[in-house]
Amino acid sequence: MNVYLDNNATTPIHPKAKSAIIEFLDFFGNPSSMHSDGRIVKEKLVIAKQQIADFLNASLDDIIFTSCGSESNNTILKSMLFWPKEKQNLVTTNIEHPANLETAKFLEKNGIKVSYIEVNDDGIIDLNQLEKSLTKDTGLVSIMYANNEIGTIQPIDKIAKIVKEKAPNAIFHTDAVQAAGKIKLDLKNSPFDTASISGHKLYAPKGIGILYIRDFDKKRKSFTPLIHGGHQEKGFRAGTENTIGIIALGAACEALQSEIDVEIERIKKIRDYFENKVIENIKDIIINGKNSERVPGTSNITFKYVEGESILLKLDLNGFSVSTGSACSTGSLEPSHVLMALHKKPEIAHGSIRFSFGRENRIEQVDKLIEILVKEIDILRKISPLSK
Amino acid sequence: MNNDSGWVYTEQVKQHFLNPKNILTISEEEYKPDGVGIVGSPACGDMMMIFIKVKDERIYDMKWKTYGCASAIASTSALSEMVTKNGGMHIKEAYKITPEDIIKELGQLPSHKIHCSVLGDKALRAAIEDYFKRRNEQNPYREKTSSPIVCECFQITEEDIKMEVLEGATNFETLQERTKIGTNCGKCIPKAKEVINKFVEQYYKDKVYNPKS
Repeated sequence: MNVYLDNNATTPIHPKAKSAIIEFLDFFGNPSSMHSDGRIVKEKLVIAKQQIADFLNASLDDIIFTSCGSESNNTILKSMLFWPKEKQNLVTTNIEHPANLETAKFLEKNGIKVSYIEVNDDGIIDLNQLEKSLTKDTGLVSIMYANNEIGTIQPIDKIAKIVKEKAPNAIFHTDAVQAAGKIKLDLKNSPFDTASISGHKLYAPKGIGILYIRDFDKKRKSFTPLIHGGHQEKGFRAGTENTIGIIALGAACEALQSEIDVEIERIKKIRDYFENKVIENIKDIIINGKNSERVPGTSNITFKYVEGESILLKLDLNGFSVSTGSACSTGSLEPSHVLMALHKKPEIAHGSIRFSFGRENRIEQVDKLIEILVKEIDILRKISPLSK
Repeated sequence: MNNDSGWVYTEQVKQHFLNPKNILTISEEEYKPDGVGIVGSPACGDMMMIFIKVKDERIYDMKWKTYGCASAIASTSALSEMVTKNGGMHIKEAYKITPEDIIKELGQLPSHKIHCSVLGDKALRAAIEDYFKRRNEQNPYREKTSSPIVCECFQITEEDIKMEVLEGATNFETLQERTKIGTNCGKCIPKAKEVINKFVEQYYKDKVYNPKS
């Protein structure tokens, strides 16, 4: 097994979530059934939901279970298609996750007006442009909390203040997939109306997501379900519950609740130690987003004169799992849209590697990683015609 | 593809990637090549330099440098072995090497990798052209039909654009959707627009040519 440094892509299942899953496997009942097999599952789901609500500090009524973060984002954004024409104006950013960006493009094709706010070279959105883009007819503002590639955290409070001032009727949605579990969220006291969260980014399995809608009972009429059918999730999201996913997410949240303060500090220490070692040992690098507030585990580094996929594969062969913003790795032949938005230079994106540390990483792993990076970057630079 | 080894490409690609052959380790001045070819650019994500030494029209030595992904490095390394074995390949044959020839040496490559990472044959042709140029000679092996490249990132030639136009891409946006032209570094966009307009003018003026009919 590799040392896993790709925790922004997905996380290993928390041991406590794993035992919760195993214990739960015998409870196969449908939570909608009236008999005892169903009722017992229903009871367990209520407990899990409470664990999740406690961890996120959200009201139980405001949590809707979905299949993933993408579904949560899609539900909010596509609701716009059913809004009155004058409210069909969306303001978002050009560094959103594809779950948001591609949905915005889909909306555009279907007559919705979309403004894309740009970011500075530290990965923070241009608040002046935001202010100018907002009008009383803005229906939805969708701005990600933390970026998946570079980890930068947007100034959510400032953004919310501007939205309230310039577009008092707009709904403020945030894709919080990369924030939940990495920093502390306090949904009740946050200034956005809706948020997307994904289970597998916080040590639960894939296939379970959350859509948070503040004051759900009052606000639900603003949104349109993607999936119609049964009465699950108060009729807002049909389909038999992903019971195992919910149980696991509850257990992961309960565990994180007691760990997170210590973990944030510990993971940040590993990341900072790693970045200092890189600066010390490898020249001609750029730490993308370094001057901004970032989630603690994310480090996105461009190694000049070499290409990301080569570095990724060299690290993989040496036992480390990372990801890259290089075009080569995606199959799309296009470099990371996030790094392009920051720097406007494809070569910076092509040479970028994302290291994302998580709860299973140890500071001791960094020294070995640095040793391999120094060696492999040197080899690749010797092959490269761009090296000085 | 052997997933057990945790490797995404073929074993041949892995071997060339880990132990690349014939890299230029000294400066160009010290190596004294008879011809140098460069293709690609850092913005494209792939760039190759090929240096050749020629005697009696045989490439008896070839060195290279590559900026790019694993398959770009492996394909240049494989090419260098193909060209230099058995005392060196004749320039006439070397000039005719295709990406398919290189891929054969590597076992296989995913299709999306071929256009971007197998640039070695083009760099080699450029080096051969340079060899003749340095000698003030005409290259007798040059294909008369070789079409100039418009988009370096995706290796799209004027001929390619013409074909797309004939198949109904009558504006730049459609061309871009079909070929990705200009979507990486964007440097070629003005030139690409000029070329497509030329062909649209040529084939669609007075609507004489209708691709649907």
